[in-house]
Amino acid sequence: MSARISATDVAKVARLARLDVTPAEIDLMTSQLDGMLEHFADVDLLDLADVTPMTQPFPLSNVFRADVVRPCLDREEVLAAAPAAQDGYFQVPPIGGEG
Amino acid sequence: MGAAHSHASDIAAAVRNGVTTATAVLEGHLASIAQREPEIHAFNLVLADQARECAATIDAQVAAGNDPGPLAGVTIALKDNMCTRGVPTTCSSKILEGWKPPYNATVVDTLAAAGAVIVGKTNLDEFAMGSSTENSAFGPTKNPHDTTRVPGGSSGGSAAAVAAGFSQIALGSDTGGSIRQPAAHCGVVGVKPTYGYVSRYGLVAFASSLDQIGPFTNSVADAALMLDVIGGHDPLDSTSIPQQHPSLTEAIQQGVEGLRIGRITDLPAGADPDVQERLEAAFDALRNAGATIVDVTVPAFTFGLTAYYLIAPAEASSNLARYDGVRYGMRVEAGDTNAMYGATRAAGFGEEVKRRIMLGTYALSAGYYDAYYGKALKVRRLIHDDFQRAYQDADVLLTPTSPTVAFKFGEKGDNPFTMYLCDTYTIPSNLAGHPGMSVPFGTGAHGMPVGVQVLAGTLQEPVMFRVGAALERAVAK
Amino acid sequence: MSEYDGLPGDWELVVGLEVHVELATNTKLFSGSPNRFGDEPNTNIDPVTLGLPGALPVLNEQAVELAMRVGAALNCTIQACTFHRKNYFYPDMPKAYQVSQYDQPLNIDGHLDLPNGVRVGIERAHMEEDAGKSTHVGGSGGRVHGATASLIDLNRAGVPLVEIVSRPDIRSADDARSYVSELRSILLAVGASDAKMEEGSMRVDANVSVRKAGAPLGTRCEIKNVNSVRSVGRAIEYEARRQIDLIESGDVVRQQTRHWDEGDGRTHTMRSKEDADDYRYFLEPDLVPLVPSQEWIDRVHAALPMLPAARRARLAEATGQGATSEAVSSVVERGQDDYVLAVGAAGGNVARALVYVKEAFADSPHVPAADLAALTKLETSGSLTATQAKAVLAELVANEGGDAATIAASKGFEAMDTSALDGFVGAAIAADPDAWQKFCAGDGKAMGALVGLVMKASQGKADGKQVTALLNQKKAASAN
Repeated sequence: MSARISATDVAKVARLARLDVTPAEIDLMTSQLDGMLEHFADVDLLDLADVTPMTQPFPLSNVFRADVVRPCLDREEVLAAAPAAQDGYFQVPPIGGEG
Repeated sequence: MGAAHSHASDIAAAVRNGVTTATAVLEGHLASIAQREPEIHAFNLVLADQARECAATIDAQVAAGNDPGPLAGVTIALKDNMCTRGVPTTCSSKILEGWKPPYNATVVDTLAAAGAVIVGKTNLDEFAMGSSTENSAFGPTKNPHDTTRVPGGSSGGSAAAVAAGFSQIALGSDTGGSIRQPAAHCGVVGVKPTYGYVSRYGLVAFASSLDQIGPFTNSVADAALMLDVIGGHDPLDSTSIPQQHPSLTEAIQQGVEGLRIGRITDLPAGADPDVQERLEAAFDALRNAGATIVDVTVPAFTFGLTAYYLIAPAEASSNLARYDGVRYGMRVEAGDTNAMYGATRAAGFGEEVKRRIMLGTYALSAGYYDAYYGKALKVRRLIHDDFQRAYQDADVLLTPTSPTVAFKFGEKGDNPFTMYLCDTYTIPSNLAGHPGMSVPFGTGAHGMPVGVQVLAGTLQEPVMFRVGAALERAVAK
Repeated sequence: MSEYDGLPGDWELVVGLEVHVELATNTKLFSGSPNRFGDEPNTNIDPVTLGLPGALPVLNEQAVELAMRVGAALNCTIQACTFHRKNYFYPDMPKAYQVSQYDQPLNIDGHLDLPNGVRVGIERAHMEEDAGKSTHVGGSGGRVHGATASLIDLNRAGVPLVEIVSRPDIRSADDARSYVSELRSILLAVGASDAKMEEGSMRVDANVSVRKAGAPLGTRCEIKNVNSVRSVGRAIEYEARRQIDLIESGDVVRQQTRHWDEGDGRTHTMRSKEDADDYRYFLEPDLVPLVPSQEWIDRVHAALPMLPAARRARLAEATGQGATSEAVSSVVERGQDDYVLAVGAAGGNVARALVYVKEAFADSPHVPAADLAALTKLETSGSLTATQAKAVLAELVANEGGDAATIAASKGFEAMDTSALDGFVGAAIAADPDAWQKFCAGDGKAMGALVGLVMKASQGKADGKQVTALLNQKKAASAN
């Protein structure tokens, strides 16, 4: 089995995605993700050199809105749905360093 | 099952003419819900009070001589990933449990303006990721035809609601087959329109370039009516197609004489014999109705699953990053924001969602983008182009919707890929942006419903619906 | 001329600037809530701004128009472009991704000429959305460290920005400062932004490195939080010296993001590049490409107003001042040059008008050009002294116009006839014969005392120059 993804990769990806994972979860995810990426071996055999990536299912361009103010949401309603609020602000714990 | 199996257009006509009332129609459905919902669990939330108020308003409009609209009194269940103002919208995820959006999805406003009565929010695989509704944080939905079996997914609740007569119509969303596959498993019609046909504004995103809203109905005519109402341009969705769509209700008045029905000769194998048998019967039925069967190839079809399972998770990893415990939804308190994010997201998301976030994050990360995401986008182009070539020779293509009939709970085991194979036949049209519909076409193993999938090119809904209607007529015989 | 010291020895400074500018639209880049500074926190919010589930962005056409003006004014190629998602978690970034432009920006390959003739290349000027604001509470001085909580205001989230990225063509702190100042003038001139550094609608990050002349580029550090035009030069100079000190003491410069502290005049480490985020850029699937038509591009070019450099040259020529003089620069920067020229067109003296405007009009002049023209004529004809003209000017500004002659008359500023002046001078000599003698003996200071007496006696109406001339005449006469 050519490992396409390692436990170290999985731990790094979990940090990027801000998902706390246990060592057991890292092991399980490593084997599951590796299994899924294995299926990509078929695609690796395709000659895609001259193929343009497809990013839009329906080709449109220049979709605009006019620069006109629309009604805002009610702050109290919005903050009432927040996990924590203070003095009209969303409140969060101290902002952590780069994680 | 009485009113539930009339046409929506007949119900609306009866309500508009005062032959019946929206309230009477609704009470019929609420009675069905009271009877079977505890067993089925189609809904995350039944909106009985709100629906009764809505029905009373419609009846008052009729009494006052006003027209409530083309869906007057027609009951509709909404997949619980469509935002409803002041009404919980959970995506069947703990991370959004209890969240009440401060705004309505465009389709919700459109339905209200057409006189529809929303009866509830239906269960789904968490954030629409799954094919069985087993991934719901609030427990699975059961198939009304056999409660030991799944209803399919991710829009399993919507499919079950229509099949059980809980509502006349339901809306679902389809990213890789999430309308068509559960429609097939529950024996109802399910349509995924062309990407951009129906506004996505207010649909909680799973994979933005693949998601489309579409209807579950008891008949092709109801599906046509629904798309006639909810289809069309929305200035709030930049990817919404800026044009009016032709009436599908009118389109289905035409038969299929002279249409070319494509058989994909290089379709990936794997359909069970009972399902394959129904597909053959469908080809025969269309031939008998005057259509021609032609052979086509779509070589890249087989790569759809692999490309999809990189593109959809990549977009999802970004779309689901906003669930960070800051502005809405759940939060697990911690000493700093990064610790709070990690703990909140670990506690709030289920296993399948986490797996896809991880896969998608990896596929986009530095050093792997070209090898995975970039390549998957190229495969997407191949699939699109192969379909385009096939549609030069065929007006529509016919495939099974799902390789099997509805399976039993837990049957797919621990390997996620086994479950993903359920979407082999539905995924490619999402990648291409093309429409597809599943039409019930008899039963297969264990007497469970089998769906036949009709695929068509961009904005070819009219011809797709004509074929769907012909299949429906054939099976009724 | 420079307020900076420059670098020691044969060290060379290499600077590239990244300037974020908030565009002067009514609404956000992708939604309809107001783009307005200073409102109550979290009042300019909508589903898109909050990153609510299901919300979708739609591009503000006016933001594109303004961004294209910036590109045109900076001599960029304006091209078809796309938007990407830049993924990172931060509590004031609601979707956990910023919609920005990545490999296909709107404006590329332009330049900006500094007043001293130095040309600075513009690599790109791309569109993106702003983040909200975080305030740290419970710690000291609003810093992250030691804070017990952070408060998030999303009013600014989604405000349209253009990020203007220069090439590393800047070689001195003075040029860096001049670049920012010139860029600011251009942005104001084209109406793209109010470009207020103190309100954060214009923010400067500097990429700074040093090298020995002719050597390859050194390792650079990015300096953030430079909040005024003056700080740009100070921060760069400080950072360059810090890097030189490191190298000369045998150490190496590490690639870092550093924070400029206005208080202590130093830069401080924010984070090192090793733990840089992996932004996982990919094309924003909720938006479609932006493909400005040639017709639109042409229209933007045609509608561009005269830019500051050309306006300085025009004003310099009209007033006889140098194009880089402070009066010309500041009047053009404040956008008052058309007014000065209008005073000239109304028959006034443009050179005097330039001085008046520079001194008396902090913001846009509300005095009709004809009224100011009348004042300059009173002064240049000798009817009013410079001091009197200044007093009349103050009145004109306060009243937003008026007849200069009437105001002068009401203040009793009538030109004194020679015989009256002669009387005041004679009286002064008589009142202080001691000073007169000293003055005649060549003591310059003594003249001041005599002039002062004349001014006092005439209640300030005498023209200082005329009094001096008269005293010198009398001195010459008494010597004969």
